Amino acid sequence: MTRHPDTVADAIAHPEREQPYEQLGLKANEYAEIREILGRRPTSGELAMYSVMWSEHCSYKSSKVHLRQFGEKKPETDTLLVGIGENAGVVDIGQGWAVTFKVESHNHPSYVEPYQGAATGIGGIVRDIISMGARPVAVMDPLRFGAADHPDTHRVLPGVVAGIGGYGNCLGLPNIGGEVVFDPCYQGNPLVNALCVGTLRHEDIHLASAKGVGNLVVLYGAKTGGDGIGGASILASETFEDGGPAKRPAVQVGDPFMEKLLIECTLEVLHAGLVEGIQDLGAAGISCATSELASNGDGGMHVVLDKVPLRDHTLTPEEILMSESQERMAAVVRPDRIDEFLAICAKWDVDAAIIGEVTATGRLVIEWQGEVIVDVPPRTVAHDGPVYERPYARPSWQDALQADVPDSLPRPKTADELRETVLRLAASPNLASKSWITAQYDRYVLGNTVLAQPEDAGVVRVDEESGLGVAISTDCNGRFAKLDPYAGAQLALAEAYRNVAATGGDPLAVTNCLNFGSPEDPDVMWQFERAVTGLADGCLQLGIPVTGGNVSFYNQTGTAAIHPTPVVGVLGVVDDVAQRTQMAFREMGDVVLLLGETRDELAGSEWAHVVHGHLGGLPPRVDLEAERALATVLVAASRGGLVGAAHDLSEGGVAQAVVEMALRHGVGATIDAPAALDPFVFLFSESTARAIVTAAPEQVERVTALAREHGVAVQ
Amino acid sequence: MKVGVVTFPGSLDDRDAARAVRVAGGEAVALWHGDHDLRDVDAVVLPGGFSYGDYLRCGAIARFAPIMQELVKAAEGGLPVLGICNGFQILCESHLLPGALVRNDNLHFVCRDQRLRIESTSTMWTSDYEVGQEIVVPLKNGEGGYVADEATLDRLEGEGRVVARYLEVNPNGSRRDIAGISNERGNVVGLMPHPEHAVEALTGPTTDGLGFFTSILKGLVEA
Repeated sequence: MTRHPDTVADAIAHPEREQPYEQLGLKANEYAEIREILGRRPTSGELAMYSVMWSEHCSYKSSKVHLRQFGEKKPETDTLLVGIGENAGVVDIGQGWAVTFKVESHNHPSYVEPYQGAATGIGGIVRDIISMGARPVAVMDPLRFGAADHPDTHRVLPGVVAGIGGYGNCLGLPNIGGEVVFDPCYQGNPLVNALCVGTLRHEDIHLASAKGVGNLVVLYGAKTGGDGIGGASILASETFEDGGPAKRPAVQVGDPFMEKLLIECTLEVLHAGLVEGIQDLGAAGISCATSELASNGDGGMHVVLDKVPLRDHTLTPEEILMSESQERMAAVVRPDRIDEFLAICAKWDVDAAIIGEVTATGRLVIEWQGEVIVDVPPRTVAHDGPVYERPYARPSWQDALQADVPDSLPRPKTADELRETVLRLAASPNLASKSWITAQYDRYVLGNTVLAQPEDAGVVRVDEESGLGVAISTDCNGRFAKLDPYAGAQLALAEAYRNVAATGGDPLAVTNCLNFGSPEDPDVMWQFERAVTGLADGCLQLGIPVTGGNVSFYNQTGTAAIHPTPVVGVLGVVDDVAQRTQMAFREMGDVVLLLGETRDELAGSEWAHVVHGHLGGLPPRVDLEAERALATVLVAASRGGLVGAAHDLSEGGVAQAVVEMALRHGVGATIDAPAALDPFVFLFSESTARAIVTAAPEQVERVTALAREHGVAVQ
Repeated sequence: MKVGVVTFPGSLDDRDAARAVRVAGGEAVALWHGDHDLRDVDAVVLPGGFSYGDYLRCGAIARFAPIMQELVKAAEGGLPVLGICNGFQILCESHLLPGALVRNDNLHFVCRDQRLRIESTSTMWTSDYEVGQEIVVPLKNGEGGYVADEATLDRLEGEGRVVARYLEVNPNGSRRDIAGISNERGNVVGLMPHPEHAVEALTGPTTDGLGFFTSILKGLVEA
């Protein structure tokens, strides 16, 4: 079947044709803006490109004005080699090594098709990492589902976990951590975030730009099919309405084997110096890759769309432009290096096609069957999309929520009641062991995994000779963020920071995945603005820059939004991974010490949630100076070999931390509650800036002195 | 001593296998699936992974790789070959070892620290262990259930060709808890668990896996 495409000539000749911009997710004002940019109506191909690139998912149009804070409040640091805006930020970890890491959301696709949604979430973030020139070395998955016993969770969770395992295991990347959280607010809106970390030498950094007129644009990897068409705009930018039509066809399907070949092939062409610019194809596919490469480079590109290798020959040019077929990359290659490039692709059995070249026209021109169907200034597609100052206001219910303190909830008093509470919390879905999930992920492949879940942070060795490594943790307590989004974002930051320090990692940089409801709701937008401000302020205070991140809006069903869930990932450096600290009790006779101060802070706690189903009050006090002091002590103690174990205190407080430290290797402990504290508060408060460490009897004095030197209380 | 490690498209544990060879004191040599050249190696490891994506039957495509034509001939001539996980599957598909590996009986991919008992030390890959020695090495597979007909199982047992058995937990439904077997000559061994992930205390649960690699290196030196 052939059909005459809507060409630029047609657009000029027939300016009156009605166009389905609304079905493509564009608002009337946005459509009007496109017409103004082009001085005519867009062709259907141009409309397809603008609609996907101007979607919330690709353009950050509602979040941009707030995200600027991460740059404006960037702490003084020389660790950042590549900052926000590229595929992923790059951080200097010393010895000539750099690390790139990033989290992305695949929430909506995972709701529609759990297995493929979660699988392609891994695939997408891995391609972001390789397009920076880095070898991916580990993945992590922060996951959130509805109540553990809810039917929606039963529908979604097995597929998500199998998808992460099926893709990640087949790709050969160790899964070293993440989170699994159950809360009814995520029913119908599961959060499936994926983090990837990659390592590279400083000289191997590559950027997404198309420079050098006459250079060739090569599309390589999987053939283009009909999967994921419109996924970027339709899936990520619209809220699920109850009873709406099934949207399954819009989800992409992953092929981890092809991705593995793509990793090896990409790293080989990069290391051979054959690539001038490189870009992965994710959301918005060819539309995104061509417009971003052109926009970042010399500004012009000519593409012959007929050259794109197709899996389905009935695809229209608009569909080819929008297709989100996975496992594809685009590279800009000099004509004199193209044969070498294609030879390496052939070695790895990877299809490659020259689809165009870099021009000096300042226009992105795409032809199909000899006619021009796209002729646009690439920057207007890729970077100068709409920017919205969405109205935001403190929700009318926020004061009442914060006033609903948990002080009057009945607390366990007797020894029996306390015992029963410890057991009940330890067995609750959020605190119980997650090995039933994580045992389905390969944590050993590549042979550099030093620590993996359930340890406080994942630790991977980067350099086998020197023992240099990195520690990474992702965290967020959505309940805290609901009670106070500013504090909640800082608490997420503080927890990830503390987890990294507990393993002996010196915190260095931050990434984030900001999961929120609809930005068109002023309540949600207020939560977002507060959380971003809190995170930016917190990072400035702790002196660790945000290197990049991702925003996922529209996580809501009807008018009910999820808890604001700003997932924060912190990366730290471990000078010698042999010195890392583990979480488990090991040696009989070691002394158990509590570092930090415990206050009566139970609002938003796991105890209030599990025992009383209560959420109200103000979250635990944020004290970033105390976090910094604690981290300094934990890192110094680890490097000095002073502690046998360290474990951060968070959900479930001291009680849960001790349970986890004991169960890991079956070594118990006797804990004395301090006389000055109510035993219940001691056991279950979730005061921050605290950790439990163990030390051999002869080291206790040194640990205590180290803590005192930094103003950290010891019990 | 040179130990070759074959990389197929989709091999994942090839770097780990090469590292294990080095840790044991040998020289690891990279072999490419598309070559017909074994590069004069003294032994070969077929590593874990998902060769060619394993979308058909695990190992079913890899057995037709050019390098396998050379390897099968050499193995039949006595070249020591260790197949780990996907490598075990490829050895079965190549008919260098009897039986087959099928989907885990619990239908899930499983990654765990697995206790094993070494049942035979008369192979070239297990001579550095003691009969009955218990070791802990990682296990990670989705299709690791070893199956064969009763007569074959009886013959394997009778000829002392069951190399290792699962202890405490049978993680995948393998018949008679079999974790690894050898050919009659003892030069070809297939193993579902991953000894190459247990060669350094820092990254593995133990260093118990090192014995497979020291066995072959010592054996080759003495030969």
